[in-house]
Amino acid sequence: MMIENQPLETVEPAKIAEYAAAKRAGGWRLVQISCTSLADAFELTYSFDKDYALQNARVIQPREGAPLPSITASYLAGFTYENELQDLFGVRLSGLALDFKGQFYRLRAKTPMSEPHVTTKPAAKPAANPTPGN
Amino acid sequence: MGLGKLSFTALKGVFSKPATRRYPFEARPPIAKSRGRIHFDDGKCTYCSLCELKCPPDAIKVDRQGRVFAIDHLLCILCGACVEACQKGSLSMDAKHGEPWTEKQKLSWHTEAPPKPSGDAAPKA
Amino acid sequence: MGARTIIPFGPQHPVLPEPIHLDLVLEDEKVVEAIPSIGFIHRGLERLAEKKDIHEMAYVSERICGICSFTHGMGYCTAIEAVMKIDVPERGHYLRMIWSEMSRIHSHLLWAGLLADGFGFENLFMQSWRLRERILDLIEETTGGRVIFGSCKIGGSRRDIADDVMARLLKELASLEKDCHAITDTFMEDSTVAKRTRGVGVIAPDDAIALGAVGPMLRASGVASDSRSLGYALYPELSFAPIVEKDGDCWARTAVRVREIYQSFDLIRQCAAKMKPGPVDVKVSGNPSGEYWARLEQPRGEVIYYVKGNGTKNLERYRVRTPTFANVPPLVHMLKNIDLADVPVIVLTIDPCISCTER
Ligand code: SF4
Ligand code: SF4
Repeated sequence: MMIENQPLETVEPAKIAEYAAAKRAGGWRLVQISCTSLADAFELTYSFDKDYALQNARVIQPREGAPLPSITASYLAGFTYENELQDLFGVRLSGLALDFKGQFYRLRAKTPMSEPHVTTKPAAKPAANPTPGN
Repeated sequence: MGLGKLSFTALKGVFSKPATRRYPFEARPPIAKSRGRIHFDDGKCTYCSLCELKCPPDAIKVDRQGRVFAIDHLLCILCGACVEACQKGSLSMDAKHGEPWTEKQKLSWHTEAPPKPSGDAAPKA
Repeated sequence: MGARTIIPFGPQHPVLPEPIHLDLVLEDEKVVEAIPSIGFIHRGLERLAEKKDIHEMAYVSERICGICSFTHGMGYCTAIEAVMKIDVPERGHYLRMIWSEMSRIHSHLLWAGLLADGFGFENLFMQSWRLRERILDLIEETTGGRVIFGSCKIGGSRRDIADDVMARLLKELASLEKDCHAITDTFMEDSTVAKRTRGVGVIAPDDAIALGAVGPMLRASGVASDSRSLGYALYPELSFAPIVEKDGDCWARTAVRVREIYQSFDLIRQCAAKMKPGPVDVKVSGNPSGEYWARLEQPRGEVIYYVKGNGTKNLERYRVRTPTFANVPPLVHMLKNIDLADVPVIVLTIDPCISCTER
């Protein structure tokens, strides 16, 4: 099995629209935007593909402060991902070409995935290993 | 399409066997190794609760002290993880899909501890 | 310019029993705009990773979708294996490829039936699903499940296919392949099918790329992009080339899927010929730490699995980008300036799987 080489570079939140425009000019395809809720920020990853090569851009968007610039000017397809960020995570965006204002995902709960992920601490593990009576 | 081919197709339809099975009267035999339903054999179980640990939807509950094994078949996703986990061979997978459940229920089994103290699961917990 | 009407399309059974909602803005009979919304059955499976450990998540991943279930499980396992640097034995990979190609045949036949149903060709619909039943039987025989295979786990495969079963499988597949011609010839040659699909919902190659189309959508527009060329599992060992059509209309998308059915038969045969006896899985211990984006080709297109582990038995982040989610923008683009009667056919040719999208 081949493990892909997946370079990751960090981009300032304010620069992401320019970064995406440069990728678009270079003939890259937008693959996905994903988001992880951290305690005080959102960790976003923009993935681009060109000839089966993947390039990831990591953006740390603080929960407070300036809204994140949208990349829909260069990649219109980004509207699904960016509305997802808005509806599920509560990331604030500016300049969205197609802004559903929270109506893309018609959910009862607003921004259900906004709280940081709780992960079990390594210390809470012993329950997984009881090795009972053998 | 010519008339000949058309009448051939029509006649074939009239004289061939039905394409479907006459279901309630003729059921399909179960396919070997199909994942049909979990079968529990209470004679072999030591109530070690390994299966409970491995069950993804938590369909199995084992009370190690009280020696009770309970399974909720409606929660079970028939993955077979418990069958792989059980070292005593008390769980197995039936190839035949069971009868439908008419009510929500948890099936449970309880056996008394074996008379001679063999030092198994109970004191450890 | 006529008056504008808005027709709500879905979420109750919009040509297919899946909950997507489209607001169709009409001018007389012409659709001028379509506004999608989803989320009616959002399940939040991504955050279930906080409660279920990495091995249990393999079962959860499979249940993202009821059609391409196997590739979901395989994608998740591939991602975890890449993070944990697990070397899956060769036979495990071949088994996975066989099952994923079988699920592609099953998915494309199901889709073919739905399309036929969409333009009112009921008989073709029933015949497609009748053939699909036979591949489901083979799947049940080899994995134990019909739609949820449950045969993929981190570190390899949970079941092996015995040689006698394999021989029977190949024989049955060969006869199935022959019978498939009856329906695929109808799709490709029948004039009524062509009337409903030719020139409908055209998407140009540049638009397809710009709008992020994936899978058969992209290939029907003349872009040779298939994630199987990335080299996951052991696809580099097989002779394989993406199937491309150039028209970009509904007919071209049908043609791509029809030809992919036969390609999958061929790939299964190649796998069976190359497979050697051996172990199918390796023992896995420890927890993942690191991140990886696994990209696989599902029947519907490229799927992305992002996993981020932090050394505990639960993942810190698990994210799935399903092909239908990526195909929504092209769908919205295609639904402009068309007749209302063509909406169902166009919606169907993206092969929508909304339940995947609502992972
Ligand atoms: S793993 Fe087997 S022996 Fe242990 S509790 Fe479960 S059924 Fe009983
Ligand atoms: S088959 Fe799977 S879901 Fe069912 S009881 Fe066993 S482990 Fe649980």
